[in-house]
Amino acid sequence: MSLVYAGICSHGPGITARADRADPVVRDAFYANLDKMRQDIVDAGAEAIIVIAAEHFANFFMNNMPAYCIGMADEYEGPIEDPEWLKIEKTKVPGNPGLSKRLITELMQTVDVAFSEEWKFDHGISVPLNFLTPEYDMPIIPANINCQGPPLTPLHRAWAFGEALRRACDSVPEKLAIVGTGGISHWPATPDSGKINLEWDQEFMDRFKRNDKDAMLSYSDEETYRDAGQGGYEIRTLIATAAAAKGAQANVHFFEPIPIFATSCFCASFEL
Amino acid sequence: MSLYYLQKVLYDINRNEQAQQKYRDDVDTLLNDYTLTDEERLALKTPDIGLLYVLGVNGQILMHFAAFHQIEWDDYLQAMRDGIAEHGEVREGVYAMTGAGENFTIDTEVQSD
Ligand SMILES: [Fe+2]
Repeated sequence: MSLVYAGICSHGPGITARADRADPVVRDAFYANLDKMRQDIVDAGAEAIIVIAAEHFANFFMNNMPAYCIGMADEYEGPIEDPEWLKIEKTKVPGNPGLSKRLITELMQTVDVAFSEEWKFDHGISVPLNFLTPEYDMPIIPANINCQGPPLTPLHRAWAFGEALRRACDSVPEKLAIVGTGGISHWPATPDSGKINLEWDQEFMDRFKRNDKDAMLSYSDEETYRDAGQGGYEIRTLIATAAAAKGAQANVHFFEPIPIFATSCFCASFEL
Repeated sequence: MSLYYLQKVLYDINRNEQAQQKYRDDVDTLLNDYTLTDEERLALKTPDIGLLYVLGVNGQILMHFAAFHQIEWDDYLQAMRDGIAEHGEVREGVYAMTGAGENFTIDTEVQSD
């Protein structure tokens, strides 16, 4: 048993870039919960964090788009965004290529996954890390699910990926944390930015909390696009994290819509 | 139709500082490496955020390009709305505007003066 922590949190450039425009009471409560996640990961004794992410064209494009890709680099760099715009400095983030290699090798027993020895982070990883490892002193292993360039991997494959990731974590001696980061309903980077379908978000979070596999896998991409926007495609990262938690129930520590951050913001962790 | 290459230029610029420098120094040479229509070239060079949006550029790619140009957030959103007003609906992709261009954040924002 080497998975010591599994949780999820939102990402979005607005969380740092437009911090001064959010209601400070709600914003600070969200930040405090992200900091609690940081502390929980430290307290669990995690030696590395696998970030199940949904990147936004920092590494992968439609010339060779992997449905799933895991980082196997010594170090990563990011964010790619203008640092003054995102309000996060460009930095190097340590990896652990040996650990990556062992995890990927085990994953490949049951799922097909691409790997990469170079990787640039965008806000999808850099914003969570800004709160979860602010000193960038914890090895990170990015695990990306393509949620941007259709055709997208089906939800049941995201589940299978999460299960495989758990098996891989259990096969290594290191103590590992998994953090899934993605949006629920949102229409990011469009004129609709800030639009949130709270009812849809509440329903998804309820299914997630109960770790109700069938209910989480029942969304079609057409329904998600209609009701939760193109940002809703990112539920794949949350579903994979739920699968990695092997049926455990989740505690939702924070869940509030923050329109200027373009999404409902949340922090949740599983009772492993 | 060359949305693929239009987005590829932007993808390359967004993630690569050398491509950013080339965009600043010699944009025509940079763009010659891609298959683009005259309309797309002009939209890239101007930069015409509204037209790029209407042509179907993925919002995540477009947002990063706007940030590279130091375009403020509200101006970025307005540029997309203006693009639709001038050129019509988004023609391709999954980042279409769903509403009438209303502001979804103003009611919950802290107002600075
Ligand atoms: Fe995202």
